[in-house]
Amino acid sequence: MIFIYDASFEGFLSAVFMAYEYKCKQPKIVKKEKFMGDFFEEVEEVITSEEKAIRVWKKVKAKCGSRGSQQIYWAFLSELDEIEITLFQYIQHALVSTKDITKDYAHPAVLKVAQTVKQVGREKHRMDAFVRFRKTKDAIYFATVEPDFNVLPLNVKHFKNRYADQKWCIYDLKRNYGIFYDLEKVEIIQLDLPASILETSTDFFTTEEIQFQHLWKNYFDSTNIKSRKNTKLHQQHVPKRYWRYLSEKYL
Amino acid sequence: MNFDRIKEKLNILADAAKYDVSCSSSGSKRQNKGKGLGDSSGMGICHSYTEDGRCVSLLKILLTNHCIFDCAYCVTRKSNDIQRAAFKVQEVVDLTINFYRRNYIEGLFLSSGIFKSPDTTMERLVQVAKKLRLEENFNGYIHLKSIPGASDELMHEAGLYADRLSVNIEIPTREGLKLLAPDKDRKDFLQPMKKVKDEIIRHKSEKRIIKSTPKFAPAGQSTQMIVGATNETDAQVMYTAAYFYKKYQMKRVYYSGYIPVSYDPRLPSIGTDVPLLRENRLYQADWLMRFYGFSIEELLNKEHPNLDSDVDPKLSWALRNLHLFPVDVNKADKQMLARIPGLGMKSVYKILGARKYRNLNWEHLKKIGVALNRAKYFMVCNSKEWEKKDLSAMNIKSLILQNSSSKFRNTYNNQLNLFDKQDALIQY
Ligand code: SF4
Repeated sequence: MIFIYDASFEGFLSAVFMAYEYKCKQPKIVKKEKFMGDFFEEVEEVITSEEKAIRVWKKVKAKCGSRGSQQIYWAFLSELDEIEITLFQYIQHALVSTKDITKDYAHPAVLKVAQTVKQVGREKHRMDAFVRFRKTKDAIYFATVEPDFNVLPLNVKHFKNRYADQKWCIYDLKRNYGIFYDLEKVEIIQLDLPASILETSTDFFTTEEIQFQHLWKNYFDSTNIKSRKNTKLHQQHVPKRYWRYLSEKYL
Repeated sequence: MNFDRIKEKLNILADAAKYDVSCSSSGSKRQNKGKGLGDSSGMGICHSYTEDGRCVSLLKILLTNHCIFDCAYCVTRKSNDIQRAAFKVQEVVDLTINFYRRNYIEGLFLSSGIFKSPDTTMERLVQVAKKLRLEENFNGYIHLKSIPGASDELMHEAGLYADRLSVNIEIPTREGLKLLAPDKDRKDFLQPMKKVKDEIIRHKSEKRIIKSTPKFAPAGQSTQMIVGATNETDAQVMYTAAYFYKKYQMKRVYYSGYIPVSYDPRLPSIGTDVPLLRENRLYQADWLMRFYGFSIEELLNKEHPNLDSDVDPKLSWALRNLHLFPVDVNKADKQMLARIPGLGMKSVYKILGARKYRNLNWEHLKKIGVALNRAKYFMVCNSKEWEKKDLSAMNIKSLILQNSSSKFRNTYNNQLNLFDKQDALIQY
């Protein structure tokens, strides 16, 4: 059977609930926007239900502990094709097993989840590192990103702790939403951004903003030690796809 | 802010500071308080990487590159004909805050040439840190250089505002120091180091009784040694490091391959390659000492005063101690697993975790992501065939070398050529 859901985490958990309800042992769980239609299998549309989601989540937490359930959430945010199926198998394995399965790496689903979590974690850390705020005219520190995975929910805590005394916003251009901190709380927002947002135009940004970008670029250039140059290592650490957001690289 | 002036100063004073390789920003537990700016309670973050692949996490600058001393290995030395500049205290504060707010950096690493006297210099450094903490409510990371010869009082104050303090001993041997930095006395480094160590211990024990005791250099202290500026052996470097780890409870010792900055006949001349491979081997030995349970005597001793350049120190040790292998990965304890060449601590923990569920064989090990190309010669598992058969140390070494493409292969070849010319003691 194929379960199509609305791409939210609650939706996915509701799908798990339904699969169990239907006693379906090998369900396919697919995001609505990715579903191409299927002639051969039965298709069921999942209605996202907070109540069902919570019931599944409680059960999962009881079986996998906080570490295991966190892993499930992180892997889910990868948005990888078929990650839902892997996660279902992971949950299945956890529910029947009497032992803690979160480190049973010889099980394919556990291994795949662990590997995915690692990738997601790496992307989350890259965002912590590579977000570059630019100060707007209304004193908001504003950054745009395009992470490979949907990691912004994971970055909230870090940025909120660190930048408690300034308004900031990190905007995911790929998924068209951002997280915005207004000195009190962090909210999800959607904006209509001009195409030129990557340029630091003085229509939006303060005049000293571009000066600071230059200072930073200058600083970055002076830290280089020519006799130690190692381009391969450099690109390994700062993959080229991130360069358009890093003033030290694009200026 | 006068951006042009600042830019000029920044270029000069960042350039002069880049030779200090330490850029760590972890290990502090300073949290954001009262909705201030910054937090350094987590792991340090590298916000960018230099083109030679080093982490950029701190704004690393000198307050000034005016210096009354003339240490031969240093670009800032008095006799060097270079542009000089000096930041005002407020300028450093503003730069730090503005870079930090934009998420460029984790904090500030402030060092300085010695102007007027060690105490005047140290006092100025402390002022910067104090302003950042008290006026800006800044909780980012601050690393201050302890100026050799600075007074105990100033070191005490420095520790109240800084997360980390460091004094670079630079030259690993006493004779080397005498030759290259005649103005400096070893005890001038040691005094501030000792003061900081004592204060850290005192604050920690007071904190146990009185919770409100202020933090004192919560990320500890570190030091740096330049390698390859004098003709010291690896043993001399690492025994010195081991001594500092123990005696002064150093958090880190950094090894920096000497980058030629002068035509001084006492030093390798400009154009000499930076000994990157050697630097890498020293770091490996350092890790083995700190995290893998090796003692310094096992890695370097009278018979082996230098680390092998063609294989890493753990492999080299294992080849000298083949009688301890193969290790059974399903039975061996953590310490012994950690001694298998090619196994990092991560793999060790993976094995310890996975073997609770089943007896591991080669397939399992591959699946959980343990790299076997080196390790397989030194271990047995729940499979019949194993690799060592009756291979000698020489056989194993050449098999491993054939199959590995070291990132240093090129450098390594170049440096071997160099060593050949100098009739160095490298044996194949
Ligand atoms: S005292 Fe420090 S800055 Fe001055 S020359 Fe010596 S090493 Fe360089």
